[in-house]
Amino acid sequence: MNAPLPPSANQPGPPLWLLAEVTYRCPLHCAFCYNPVDFARHETELSTADWLRVLREARAAGSVQCGFSGGEPLMRDDLETLVAEAHRLGFYTNLLTSGVGLTASRAQALQAAGLDHIQLSFQDSTRELNDFLSHTRTFDLKQRVAGLIKDNGWPMVMNCVIHRLNIDYIDRIIEMAVELGAEYLELANSQYYSWALLNRDQLMPSRAQLERAERITNAYRERLGDRIRIFFVVPDYYETRPKKCMNGWGQVFLTVTPDGTALPCHTARMLPGLDFPNVREMDVRSIWYGSEGFNRYRGDAWMKDPCRACPDKDKDHGGCRCQAWMLAGDPAAADPVCDRSPEHDRVRAAVEQACSPAWKGGAKPLVFRDPRRSRELGAKAADA
Amino acid sequence: MNAPCATDVGPRLSRRFRLQWEDAQQAWVLLYPEGMVRLNRSAGEILLRCDGSRTLDAIVAELEQRFGASGLAADVAGFIDMARGQQWVEAAQARP
Repeated sequence: MNAPLPPSANQPGPPLWLLAEVTYRCPLHCAFCYNPVDFARHETELSTADWLRVLREARAAGSVQCGFSGGEPLMRDDLETLVAEAHRLGFYTNLLTSGVGLTASRAQALQAAGLDHIQLSFQDSTRELNDFLSHTRTFDLKQRVAGLIKDNGWPMVMNCVIHRLNIDYIDRIIEMAVELGAEYLELANSQYYSWALLNRDQLMPSRAQLERAERITNAYRERLGDRIRIFFVVPDYYETRPKKCMNGWGQVFLTVTPDGTALPCHTARMLPGLDFPNVREMDVRSIWYGSEGFNRYRGDAWMKDPCRACPDKDKDHGGCRCQAWMLAGDPAAADPVCDRSPEHDRVRAAVEQACSPAWKGGAKPLVFRDPRRSRELGAKAADA
Repeated sequence: MNAPCATDVGPRLSRRFRLQWEDAQQAWVLLYPEGMVRLNRSAGEILLRCDGSRTLDAIVAELEQRFGASGLAADVAGFIDMARGQQWVEAAQARP
């Protein structure tokens, strides 16, 4: 009944990666959060039974990596139950957390449930920047959580979102990760979606800042050798060719949001004119292979110029649909990050502003992610 | 922490990776934090035997018998070298 279907031109492979965004609730207020700006409009959450069914359906459809994310996934007290079922089904289970709420007893329960890996993020949200950089409360929390990760035998993967306000302290961030015993460190520059788009003026580093940070990172790589693997991700805006977003629309990734909406990537909800299915109404296999939302940008029939005739169209698949929508106003346009896009000037202008020696991040205050702001912004968008 | 066990006589799959048969892909895969390597059939069959208890020679002999082939030694050794470089397997040799 559930025989695997072989990939073909019109038939993608299985949804290998399941991202279970189990809640939008979060104790943090990060100004670069990728949750939708209007997340507070989607407050209902799938029940435990719904999630268990989603896990079983996704596994049967061929999913093998499962990420538990949010919000802060530890805000759900049934997380251990979900991890245990995912493990039993044969998933490789990943928990993406800030560590807030991870006590010794929960860590033990997650270990007993079969959790394979924890990615611990520094929750530096710029509000806590000084605290973060001065190794005080944040460091104490991270040290405690890092200790729990080690005690339970999990590999130590740390993630720190990099931006204009912390990039000049990259050496201290790397040293903190080493001190905490991380085996992997992801220094991922903020990409400008959702809350980070609202805050782009303040968050985008200059080219000089980026180059310096990469230089320092390379020096640490050389010095630290095999002790830690460091990944450095630059902002898309500094590229001239777009990324193959999500490794192709509906090719590998399946995100299920807290209210059960199924998406080909965690920000796709913003795209207009697309009706994404809900796992409460449709099973995962039908969603993946049969829904309009997942099929819309598969293949290349949807492409416009310059993508349609571009020799690189198979390589980057036209880039990111959300970036096309946000910057060019058309989700089927070329990703304006590409210098062949007629809208590339918008990206260039943002970069030029960030690189101007006089630029100090603008006069606007940072917008921090919180439910009240989210409701205001959601209402404003609905009026527009 | 990732040193081979004292009793190891041959290569052993690193604890950082999980080897698993995936029906949907009809393939052996190596799973690790947020990632996956899809293996071809022979790579899967070799890694399946990298449990520390088998010497390289024993692995070769088993594979030759299983697949009714001969002269696999160089290919198997080459793959294990590559797998060591990727840190998929840990070497057996005792450290000086």
